[in-house]
Amino acid sequence: MTEQTGRNERRLTIARAMAEAVAQEMRIDPRVFLMGEDIATLGGVFGNTRGLVEEFGPERVRDTPISETAFIGAAVGAAADGMRPVVELMFVDFFGVCMDAIYNLMAKNIYFSGGGIKVPMVLMTSTGGGYSDAGQHSQCLYATFAHLPGMKVVAPSNAYDAKGLMTAALRDDSPVVYMFHKGLQGMGWLGTEPGATVDVPETSYTLPFGQAAVVREGRDVTIVGLAMGVHNALKAADDLARRGVSAEVIDLRTLVPLDRDTIRRSVAKTGRLIVVDEDYHSFGVSGEIIASVVEHDLRGLKAPPQRVAYPDVPIPFSRPMEQFCLPNPAKIVQAFDRMAQA
Amino acid sequence: MAKKPAADKARQSYTSEEVLKYYRDMLLIRRFEEKAGQLYGMGLIGGFCHLYIGQEAVVVGLQAAFKQGDAVITSYRDHGHMLACGMDPRGVMAELTGRAGGYSKGKGGSMHMFSREKAFYGGHGIVGAQVPLGTGLAFAQKYNDTDGVTFCYFGDGSANQGQVYESFNMAELWKLPVIYVIENNQYAMGTAVARASAVTEFHRRGESFGIPGKPVDGMNVLAVRDAGLEAAEWCRSGKGPIILELKTYRYRGHSMSDPAKYRSKDEVNKMKAEHDPIDQVKNLLINEKLVSEDQLKEVDREVKAIVQDSADFAQTSPEPDPSELWTDILVEA
Repeated sequence: MTEQTGRNERRLTIARAMAEAVAQEMRIDPRVFLMGEDIATLGGVFGNTRGLVEEFGPERVRDTPISETAFIGAAVGAAADGMRPVVELMFVDFFGVCMDAIYNLMAKNIYFSGGGIKVPMVLMTSTGGGYSDAGQHSQCLYATFAHLPGMKVVAPSNAYDAKGLMTAALRDDSPVVYMFHKGLQGMGWLGTEPGATVDVPETSYTLPFGQAAVVREGRDVTIVGLAMGVHNALKAADDLARRGVSAEVIDLRTLVPLDRDTIRRSVAKTGRLIVVDEDYHSFGVSGEIIASVVEHDLRGLKAPPQRVAYPDVPIPFSRPMEQFCLPNPAKIVQAFDRMAQA
Repeated sequence: MAKKPAADKARQSYTSEEVLKYYRDMLLIRRFEEKAGQLYGMGLIGGFCHLYIGQEAVVVGLQAAFKQGDAVITSYRDHGHMLACGMDPRGVMAELTGRAGGYSKGKGGSMHMFSREKAFYGGHGIVGAQVPLGTGLAFAQKYNDTDGVTFCYFGDGSANQGQVYESFNMAELWKLPVIYVIENNQYAMGTAVARASAVTEFHRRGESFGIPGKPVDGMNVLAVRDAGLEAAEWCRSGKGPIILELKTYRYRGHSMSDPAKYRSKDEVNKMKAEHDPIDQVKNLLINEKLVSEDQLKEVDREVKAIVQDSADFAQTSPEPDPSELWTDILVEA
């Protein structure tokens, strides 16, 4: 999946970038090991562990039984003893079976020990739909994890960020939930977004948590998104530009910590805010972003903020029904039009 | 003093020093717990407080098999385990009162304390949830090629949790050095084992995974010690996990808020009169003339002083500073 271009670039998919970050860290830190379902021999359902068992062997890249509570709990225990586990749970939808190990143990042992115990583990999982897999394999659930204190939450939109955020996660002494969107992974069967496959340096590097990226500068409206939402926002910005509207696009990159300053600065400039989120509409990321702006300062707003999020319904199987629900560039443009009329 | 065989059990050998230490360690737990009960009654300890009284022989006997590099993890009935691990009674009691001098700076309370220095990994509040964690500790011991063993404690109530069996499977599959210690104190909160468990022989719960198990008289500290040494040897020799079912009894309610009306006073009194783990050791010490009465009294005094000191500390240590609320949520860089 590496594509050499004429300009000496090295374009990687998010899946390859994640695997490369993990491999580079495993070469220098023997405490890093992987556990998960079909991550070794099969190579990971979403490609992000491909090649690792071949290089590091089955002791360090370990297929587990389908026993999520046991292996995520085991990772929490091993992390308390100084190991640096990387654990994959294939779909974020599956976390219901093992949530206790995550939000009651992984996320609380640092606090409950008064800082005496560290939990340096990375929990990675796939999010998102769009390929007709229905409501137990297509959710995002970003807000569920960001809501609960005690863990960092990462959701990259492109391969460059994916590698830098993964390396940072592997070196962090706090638990990190690393959420990768299936539609950005570079796996053809999931309907890959080409904008996620970008130039990635071969050397190891980190991206700081809590720093959103202004991926497109503009004057008239701020569009905030994460993961797939960033790509929808960029396409909407192209459409708006053809109408003479200048849109600024912000990629959150991490939800915990959340870079509220960058959002507030942008909205102070544009006066309009649209949040794009593939997670459910109510009680979620979109509401939190809007609240972060309006509780800070209402005066700069030219129109009520808008959200383009997944409706509060279980995700349906039917392709037209699912596509009707998903955020897309046209809905973002419509949201701008609603504000323009305000 | 040279090792000498016990009167009734040829397999058990002990020195007077060992037995006196078991007596002392069990007595410390009992007096500490009695004091905790008092402080709770005075309103100085909030929340839930689960006392270990009656079960002292379990953790004291098993700690006799503990070696440097081993790890201990348990549920929320954890004060006894912490004391047996050698954690400072002051820090434990001050955590019970939620003070800054507590092991978790007042953020954890009775159910949540840790000490990496003493290889104690909690103190966990969800029934059975520590079992996967203990399995992971054993994973780390094996991964790092140490000689270490994890003592993973849980109760008869936890033994009906699904995650226990996920852990059994993984531990045997990967031959992890973990002793699953089932403290069968006969009641899961108020539900007697026979009312909750289709098979009440908990030592057999590993059969379908190929994990051996053994029932042990958990009121007899020497029997516990012997079983612990045997189990630790099994794990250290690379044979994988093993299950010990410690048949024991909790004298008090499930927590301080439980008056234990689900069982008769006669049942409790009979257990205290005939099987008390501390009385058994005390009688052994006296009947076998292993120590003088003065030595016993000296131990009693020492224990009383330690407990009183911990209670004083727990009441004078300051309340946590509000700024502490925002620390340790994540590891600060």
